Amino acid sequence: MDIARHWRLRRQRYALEGEQCRHCGEYIFPPRDICPHCGEEAGPVRRMSGKGEVYSFTVVHEPPTGYEAQAPYAVALVRLAEGPLITAQLTDIDAAEIKIGMPVEMVTRRLRTDGEDGLIQYGYKFRPQLTTP
Amino acid sequence: MREVVIQGIGQTPVEEHWERSLRDLAAEAGLAAMRDAGVERIDAVFVGNMLSGQIARQENLGALTADWIGQRGAEGYKVEAACASGAAAFRAAFLAVASGALDAVLAIGVEKMTETSGPETTAALVSAADADYEGVQGISFVGLNALIMRRYLHEFGWKHTDFGEFSINAHANGARNPHARLRQPITERDYVRARMICEPINLLDASPIGDGAAAALLLPVEKAPSGPRPRVVVAGSAAASDSVAVHDRKDPLFLSAAHLGAKRAYAQAGVGPEQIDFFELHDAFSILAALSLEACGFAERGQGPRLALEGAIRLDGRLPVCTQGGLKARGHPVGATGMYQIVEAAQQLRGEAGGNQLAKARTALTQNIGGSGASIYTHILQRKKI
Ligand SMILES: [Zn+2]
Repeated sequence: MDIARHWRLRRQRYALEGEQCRHCGEYIFPPRDICPHCGEEAGPVRRMSGKGEVYSFTVVHEPPTGYEAQAPYAVALVRLAEGPLITAQLTDIDAAEIKIGMPVEMVTRRLRTDGEDGLIQYGYKFRPQLTTP
Repeated sequence: MREVVIQGIGQTPVEEHWERSLRDLAAEAGLAAMRDAGVERIDAVFVGNMLSGQIARQENLGALTADWIGQRGAEGYKVEAACASGAAAFRAAFLAVASGALDAVLAIGVEKMTETSGPETTAALVSAADADYEGVQGISFVGLNALIMRRYLHEFGWKHTDFGEFSINAHANGARNPHARLRQPITERDYVRARMICEPINLLDASPIGDGAAAALLLPVEKAPSGPRPRVVVAGSAAASDSVAVHDRKDPLFLSAAHLGAKRAYAQAGVGPEQIDFFELHDAFSILAALSLEACGFAERGQGPRLALEGAIRLDGRLPVCTQGGLKARGHPVGATGMYQIVEAAQQLRGEAGGNQLAKARTALTQNIGGSGASIYTHILQRKKI
């Protein structure tokens, strides 16, 4: 994963920066040119709150290259409070305790320990909500 | 549009072909299809393949394949649509002939997957997902389907064991297919006891990878010499897309591209789900089989597993599914799979399906899924009197 690509995505990876469509009001993550809900031009920029709940989850035991050191790890579909679904690893939780519907919140963690360029990649993961929503 | 005939078919077994290269496999299936059709010169070859660049470091498969089958000078293309690359190549070939632009066109699906290590293959396969927002989280392709299956169980109240019949049926049929990767039947007990690979997906919910190639030679009906064999025509050909990322779907539990494609193909062929005699569906994972049955109009939302539990999908049921073993037992050499489905459907329609031959095989539905529902190619093939 090259450095320019990671740099390009920093606002999404570190701040969950998305959009809210000015035409239909839907929230969009990640940002794009055309709103997938109404087909009009998307925007303006909005940050997601980072709060959400688990829509589905699984545990990866046979990881792709670059993720071996972390395995096994849980990956979930998280329904953000603003509406969009997002795919993210769950952290700070025992796999046996994960449940559909449980409240989670975004944290910044290391995603890949060793990229092809030796880059340490950080980004969002989700943990059980500590603060009251 | 001209009517298009599948004049010739060819396939290699799905195996770990350690002695055969990507180009050898493509050539073997392609030449078999040309021989079967009695065609010596082709205008073009469309090669469906997903991973040659990542695994064999080989692109430019169109020209390479044309050369390797003795057809230098013919047009050549590689068509990539993840695990639907095979049927995408077939549709491209179909469009070329139907439009009147070209006459004799070969569609080949080929994949060589057993040359890389497990994690490398896993990483290559997940390139069919959204790299920036799914792949980066370390999800595997099995994992994406596990996310879908877990929510499906939660939403519709099925138990994992309710999916076993999809795999049992596929293995029963695969056992009689000489080209299948897995040729042993399995029992309900085997299914329940299978090793979990990505919960709730166990080893018997997932199709095995492999190396292989399958091919079809297409001609316009007016140039297709008639013979003693029944003629197989392409009655419907359609494709549709959905978001690449599962999390971007309006409804992650509905294959909208399968629904759209089926609707378009039914309209072209002038048939509905009731007229389909058998369905070669894309059972890369048992959850996908259930979702396909629902999207193509054979089951209500959330009721896909019921068809399997009732035995409707068996060879003697009202909608036989995966009649030569499906992806689960024939094997899933990703970019070749869609062409295996089409070749196997053509065998049924010709009455050449051996121990798995259906009593009634006039109209077939084949559907090839790329990504976890992003690129879907749907075809209706029919047997026609000469
Ligand atoms: Zn909008």
